[in-house]
Amino acid sequence: MSINFLQPEYEVVRNMDRCITCRVCERQCANEVHHYNADLDRMVSDDSKCVDCQRCVTLCPTNALKIVKTNNCFKENANWHTSDITDIYRQATTGGVLLGSMGTPKEYPVYWDKLLINASQVTNPSIDPLREPMETRTFLGKKDATIHYDKDGNIITKTTPQLELSTPIMFSAMSYGSISYNAHKSLAMAATKLGIYYNTGEGGLHEDFYVYGPNTIVQVASGRFGVHSDYLEAGAAIEIKMGQGAKPGIGGHLPGAKITEAVSKTRMIPQGTDAISPAPHHDIYSIEDLRQLVYMLKESTNYKKPVIVKIAAVHNVGAIASGIARCGADIIAIDGFRGGTGAAPARIRDNVGIPIELALASVDRRLREEGIRNQVSLVVGGSIRSSADVIKAIALGADACYIATSALIALGCHLCRTCHLGKCNWGIATQVPELVKRLNPAIGSEHLVNLVTAWTHEIKEMMGGMGINSIEALRGNRLMLRGVGLTEKELEILGVKHAGE
Amino acid sequence: MFNAPKEGDVRIPSGCAISGIFSKKGKRFSGEQAIKSITLMHDRSNGLGGGFAGYGIYPEYKDYYAFHLFYDDTIAKKECEEFLEDHFDMINLSKIPTRKIPQITNEPMIWRYFLSPLPTKLAESQLPESEYVAQCVIKVNTTIKGACIFSSGKNMGVFKAQGFPEDVGRFYRLEEYAGYSWTVHGRYPTNTPGWWGGAHPFSLLDCSVVHNGEISSYDANRRFIEMFGYRCTLLTDTEVITYMIDYLHRKQGLGYEKVAHILAAPFWSTIDRMNEKDKAEYTYLRDNFASMLITGPFSIIVGFTGGLMALNDRLKLRSLVVGTKDDMVYMASEEAAIRVLSPQLDSITYPKGGEPFIVTLDKEAYQQCQ
Ligand code: SF4
Ligand code: SF4
Repeated sequence: MSINFLQPEYEVVRNMDRCITCRVCERQCANEVHHYNADLDRMVSDDSKCVDCQRCVTLCPTNALKIVKTNNCFKENANWHTSDITDIYRQATTGGVLLGSMGTPKEYPVYWDKLLINASQVTNPSIDPLREPMETRTFLGKKDATIHYDKDGNIITKTTPQLELSTPIMFSAMSYGSISYNAHKSLAMAATKLGIYYNTGEGGLHEDFYVYGPNTIVQVASGRFGVHSDYLEAGAAIEIKMGQGAKPGIGGHLPGAKITEAVSKTRMIPQGTDAISPAPHHDIYSIEDLRQLVYMLKESTNYKKPVIVKIAAVHNVGAIASGIARCGADIIAIDGFRGGTGAAPARIRDNVGIPIELALASVDRRLREEGIRNQVSLVVGGSIRSSADVIKAIALGADACYIATSALIALGCHLCRTCHLGKCNWGIATQVPELVKRLNPAIGSEHLVNLVTAWTHEIKEMMGGMGINSIEALRGNRLMLRGVGLTEKELEILGVKHAGE
Repeated sequence: MFNAPKEGDVRIPSGCAISGIFSKKGKRFSGEQAIKSITLMHDRSNGLGGGFAGYGIYPEYKDYYAFHLFYDDTIAKKECEEFLEDHFDMINLSKIPTRKIPQITNEPMIWRYFLSPLPTKLAESQLPESEYVAQCVIKVNTTIKGACIFSSGKNMGVFKAQGFPEDVGRFYRLEEYAGYSWTVHGRYPTNTPGWWGGAHPFSLLDCSVVHNGEISSYDANRRFIEMFGYRCTLLTDTEVITYMIDYLHRKQGLGYEKVAHILAAPFWSTIDRMNEKDKAEYTYLRDNFASMLITGPFSIIVGFTGGLMALNDRLKLRSLVVGTKDDMVYMASEEAAIRVLSPQLDSITYPKGGEPFIVTLDKEAYQQCQ
């Protein structure tokens, strides 16, 4: 084999005074970085294999380990960064498309960080969430602003089906296959406990998880993996995935290594084969086609479940959303380009799509201009990192947020960005039984419940500070935001004023 | 004279005083009473706005829409009158009588028109009459620069200005009017562009609102209601509240009590404890009109033909008192503002947050006022 010019990205630093050669690191590292050398009676490491997942560091009983970014340096300049150079070396050796996991690591503006939240002073009192009710209950689904009466003049209270959430947060689509059984179980248990929803992604629904159906959103993606009538019936809502923020315009890819027996059964595909879902649904080439699928799904579930259409944030997303609202969808989910992924071509992940903040603001504005904003709910995802991001999203016009990466981090993910290798040391993005076991669903779900509960507390505190005691009064309330360091154009698209105005 | 920025350019958080007086028997009494009540709450205003709404004040023209207008200049007047001529039969027009007093300055041209929609135009529009009139009002207020229709109901009228409310009352010679219902407002904006149109009451058709408080849901409410043809040009909380009431009551046919239960919706915990029928209805209303929930402090008095409604925000962050004596009902920010009119009361209540207090004319009186 010719040399590949690549150098290890990380170095394993072992404090020899502390290392007791217990070999925990060796057992914990699925990437086979650590070895015990009997001749030397000490641990040695192969730095080139380390992905910096921090598993060995966390579990080392004597704190003997740390992983550092190598300070070996390429001769970088303002144009050529180490990542550009190494990517070329990689492609020159393999001739392949480079895959990456999780959201783009590139430095694009994060608009959440350039928006500040309002607080009341004097003229409008803040509300103390410890003394007063602070409501975060959210309903997703089509609303009708025209009241219909029966012949006796009573209000007809029947509505199109709604999803009821205790707090405006849901776990975004992650398929069984891309994540482990235990990760899925953690999400399902937590969603049930919290009174929110998790989403199957395009991997179908493992038979053990049907019990969590009332808190499950089942996804229908282009590959239709695991889609059958029981599956559609099992969930509380059905999501049609047209696009994903990390990889707009392309479909999904689950490497064959992750298609174990259980995954293959759930997905209804042969074991060990790559699961490739195409970019387009091959029966949807227009908005009218989408309408047909929306109604086909409604029809086949007796109009009992809201239908979500998920799209990636792209140019002209306002017009696209308007079309989707008019094609019968009850909820539109928009996924921003910073959103995570189990595996995507890195070049697409890093260059295609637009930030969720801008997409959300323009969709909300467009739907209001057309007078149809209430006819569809908006759920946004794509790197929601904290309760403050949730507040800002709602003030920009979202009904609720989808979180995925944040949820995985709560389960222990250390963002090593190598989910596509299937060797997740934290038992999350893997199907290797010994690794899967590392995530205990009881503990995992507790962490998720804690995370969402903590965020909800923070949301209530911030709402109280704004003098708002119900989440609906924050929805689309852009006066509660101010921009800092944004251009006129950015402020115009976001529909917010600059700080000081 | 009108170089100062107007509402719409500047947002004004307000404090304020409100008062409402109502005769269930439809006895008509002068605006003097309202002036007396609001004078007592002088310190709740800061001289930057005051106003009144009187119901039953134009019995001789009760079948016509009474438009009250502010004009910045004669160009605006000409343009607006052309529009009105185009859309209405003009039964009568005049300057609204005022009295020169040193406390009120910078007055615009203040005119009054009694109008009836042009039958042909109305038929052409294919709209119900009230909607036709409402759309004409919104059209003038959003498109004719320097013209503001600040009152547009039948047999009622709004009188407002920049100044302390008691001075505004004297300026408009309200002792010369008699109505069965009056509301009044003294304004305490913390910053003002000082424009007459921004004073309260804010009204559309016969619905008028006086309001104490600054709502934190303003932009959520505004961005929702604007989907239904309304334009919030003044950026005041009162304006958006008026439009929401107009939408829910006039366009959706909800009674005022239900309207109140959307604007100041019961908490979910309360709804959860209701019987199945009520629960279904309240859940429906709260879910479908979620964006019309008002948060932040408010006490409002809503005037409408034949009735008054007092409503507090659901946390009761602002004061509001209701007193009754014989057929008279009094509502005010302070009990003293009621006692000054009627020291002896049959009852005095402090409506709970979110629980509307609604009073309407006795049946006979209502028929008379129609
Ligand atoms: S891959 Fe993870 S477990 Fe292995 S050496 Fe690196 S940090 Fe440690
Ligand atoms: S899920 Fe696992 S593999 Fe993926 S980034 Fe997180 S720790 Fe790494």
